Amino acid sequence: MSIWRTEPESRTPPWRGPYAPYDLIKELCIAVGAIVLLAVLLTVLLSSPDDPPSTIAQWSRQLPADFAATAAKELNGTSDTAEYGPPYNHSSGSVQHFFILHPQRWLGVSHPIDTAEDYVVKPLETIPNDPALSAALAEYKAASSTQKKEWTEAYAKPLEEYATAVEEKKVPPSTVVVNTSTGTVTVNTSGAGPVPTMMASLQSLAQSGGLEGGLVSSRQFFQTDYTKPLLFIADGGLLEERAEGQHLLGDQWGLMNETGSYPGQPWLWLYALWYQVEPIKSSPNADIQVLLIMSLLSLLFIFIPFLPIVNRIPRWIPVYKLIWREHYRSQGG
Amino acid sequence: MSAVPNVPPGPPPGPPSGRPPGTPSWSGAPSHSPGASSKSWTVKLRERGVAALPPDKLLPDGQPTYVASWIYVFGVASIASLIVIVGSGCILALKGPAWWHETGVGHFFNSIHLWSVELFFFAMVVHLWGKYWMAAWRGGRARVWITGAITFLVAIPCALTGYVSQQNFDAQWISTQAKDAMNSVGVGAFFNLTNFGQMYSYHILLLPIAVVALVSLHVLLVRRHGVVPPFELQDKLADAPGEKGRA
Amino acid sequence: MSLLLAAVFNLNHPAHTVDWEFIHLSVANVVVIGLMLIVFVLAILLPFPGAARRETARRGGGAS
Repeated sequence: MSIWRTEPESRTPPWRGPYAPYDLIKELCIAVGAIVLLAVLLTVLLSSPDDPPSTIAQWSRQLPADFAATAAKELNGTSDTAEYGPPYNHSSGSVQHFFILHPQRWLGVSHPIDTAEDYVVKPLETIPNDPALSAALAEYKAASSTQKKEWTEAYAKPLEEYATAVEEKKVPPSTVVVNTSTGTVTVNTSGAGPVPTMMASLQSLAQSGGLEGGLVSSRQFFQTDYTKPLLFIADGGLLEERAEGQHLLGDQWGLMNETGSYPGQPWLWLYALWYQVEPIKSSPNADIQVLLIMSLLSLLFIFIPFLPIVNRIPRWIPVYKLIWREHYRSQGG
Repeated sequence: MSAVPNVPPGPPPGPPSGRPPGTPSWSGAPSHSPGASSKSWTVKLRERGVAALPPDKLLPDGQPTYVASWIYVFGVASIASLIVIVGSGCILALKGPAWWHETGVGHFFNSIHLWSVELFFFAMVVHLWGKYWMAAWRGGRARVWITGAITFLVAIPCALTGYVSQQNFDAQWISTQAKDAMNSVGVGAFFNLTNFGQMYSYHILLLPIAVVALVSLHVLLVRRHGVVPPFELQDKLADAPGEKGRA
Repeated sequence: MSLLLAAVFNLNHPAHTVDWEFIHLSVANVVVIGLMLIVFVLAILLPFPGAARRETARRGGGAS
C-alpha cells in the first residue's frame, strides 16, 4: 500500500458515479472578479494604514534625554544592542537557548556591530571643522578602556536617574537640564572627561538628520541595509512609546495587530497566545520556546492525515453530513 | 527539403517510429511504437505528464455530483485572491517601494494588495476548515493536504517580509521586534529582518515563487486524484481486524 | 502629487480592544475571526446552485 494512503483502498474507492457539467475556468474568472470587487470595495471604504517612520532626528528632538542616555549606553557598551550577543557581537544579554540547543550562539556573529564605534565615534569623526570636538575625540581614543568606562558612566548615571524620575513621575534631578525648545540636554557632572562634548555634538548631528544617512551608508554609497539605524532607534524609547499607543506590544498581543484600527494578522493567534502564558511569558528564552512549540505544531498540522484520533474526528463529528446532504439524500441515505 | 513549409528537419534515423517520416511530434501521432523505449528525456517527461494528467483530467468540464456545496468555492477563492495579490504586487513593483507613500494611486494599489492578502488568508482558513471536516486526505490524497498546509505556512513569512518592507513605522516596529525571534533560533544570522534589500527580495521574488509553485502542485494533485468522495454512510469496514488506527 | 484618496471610514486611530482575562484582541481582528466562522457555517448550510443539473446527471441524462 502506498505511503500516501491513510486507509485501505476499499474505504475510499475512486468515484465511479455520475458527473455533472461544471465550468472550472468560468468559476475561476468569476472568483477573480469577485475578489477584485471585494478588494476595491474594502479599499474605497477603509484604505490602508501608513504611519510614517520615526527618524533619529525626531527622536533626538522629541526625547532628547532618552536619546542622550541611549547614546551614552552605546558608548558604554550597556545598551540592548551592545549587550545583545550574536548575530551582532559576542555578548550574551539576549542569547537564548533551549536545553542543549544553542542555535543563536552556534550561528555566530554575522552582522557585527560595535556600538561605541558605529553609533558614536565614527559618526563624530565625520564632523569637520570642530577643534573642540576633535580634541575631545582624541582624548577619548587615547584613554584606557577603564578610563573610558569611568567617563561614560559618570555621564550616563544622571541620565538614568532622570529617566527613572520621569517614569515614576517624581521631580527629576537637577544634574540634567533639558531644553525642550532647542531639544538639547545638558548633564552637569564632573569626571565625565570629553564625553559631554562628544554627546552634545552627536545630538546636534542627530537633530540635523546627519545620523540617518551616516548610519546607513557607513560601508558604501549605495545601501539597502537599515540594521544599524534601526537597532539604534530601537534601543531608545520612542518606538516603544509609539507601539504602546498602537497596541503593538507583546503583552498587548501586538504581533497579531496592525497600526490604527485595521485588522492585522488574526491567523497568528496561536503564535501570540504562547507569549501570554507562564512560564514562557517571563522566560528569557521565550522566543526560542514559542518557535519550537509552533514548529512542532506546524509539523503536526502538515501531517494531520497520519495523526491518530485527529484524523478520525471528522468521522466522529459528522459535519460532513451537512456538506454532502444532497448526495446522501439522492442515495436514500 | 521538407514538403511542409517551415517545418524543421525530421528526427535523425533511430528506432522505428510509429509516425510517417517527417511528421512532427506535435501532430498527435504516437512518437514511437508501443513497447519501444525512448531515450529522449522530452518523450519520457511528456508521457509521464500525459499519463498522470491527460487533458480531460487536467481541465475537466464536469465534477462529481457530490460537489454541491458553497464550501467548495473557497479553494478557488484562495487562488483568485493570490492572483489579485500578485497582480497588485506587480503594479507596486513597477514603480518601486517608495511610490505608495508618495501618490494617491500608489496608496490605492497598496490598499488593494493589503486587502487581497486579508482575503487570501480568510479564504485559505475557511478552505482548510472545510477540507478538515471532509477528511479530504482520504483515498491517497495525503499529499493534497500536505501541500496545502505547507502553502499556508509559507504564506506567513511571505506576509512577514511584506510587512517589514513597508518602510514605515509598522515596518520599523515589526522588524526590530521579530528579529529577536529570528535570532533566538539562529535564523537571524542569514535572514535579517532589518535588511530592507534582503527582505524586499524575498517578498517580491523568492517567497511568491514558492507560494505559486506550492499552489500549482496542490491544484495538480487535486486534478490527479479528483475531489474526495463523501464518507460512506454505512461503513462495513469500520472495525474490521487490521483497521485499528486508520481513518 | 501627495494627494491621498480619503477612505470613507477612517481607521487611523488607536484600536478598541476586546479584553478577557489575559486575552486582548483588537476589535478588527475579532470581527475578521467572527466573519470566518459565520462564512464557514453559511457555506455549509446554504444550498448550492445547479441541483437540477446534478439530479439529471444522477438519473443518467447529462453525465459529462
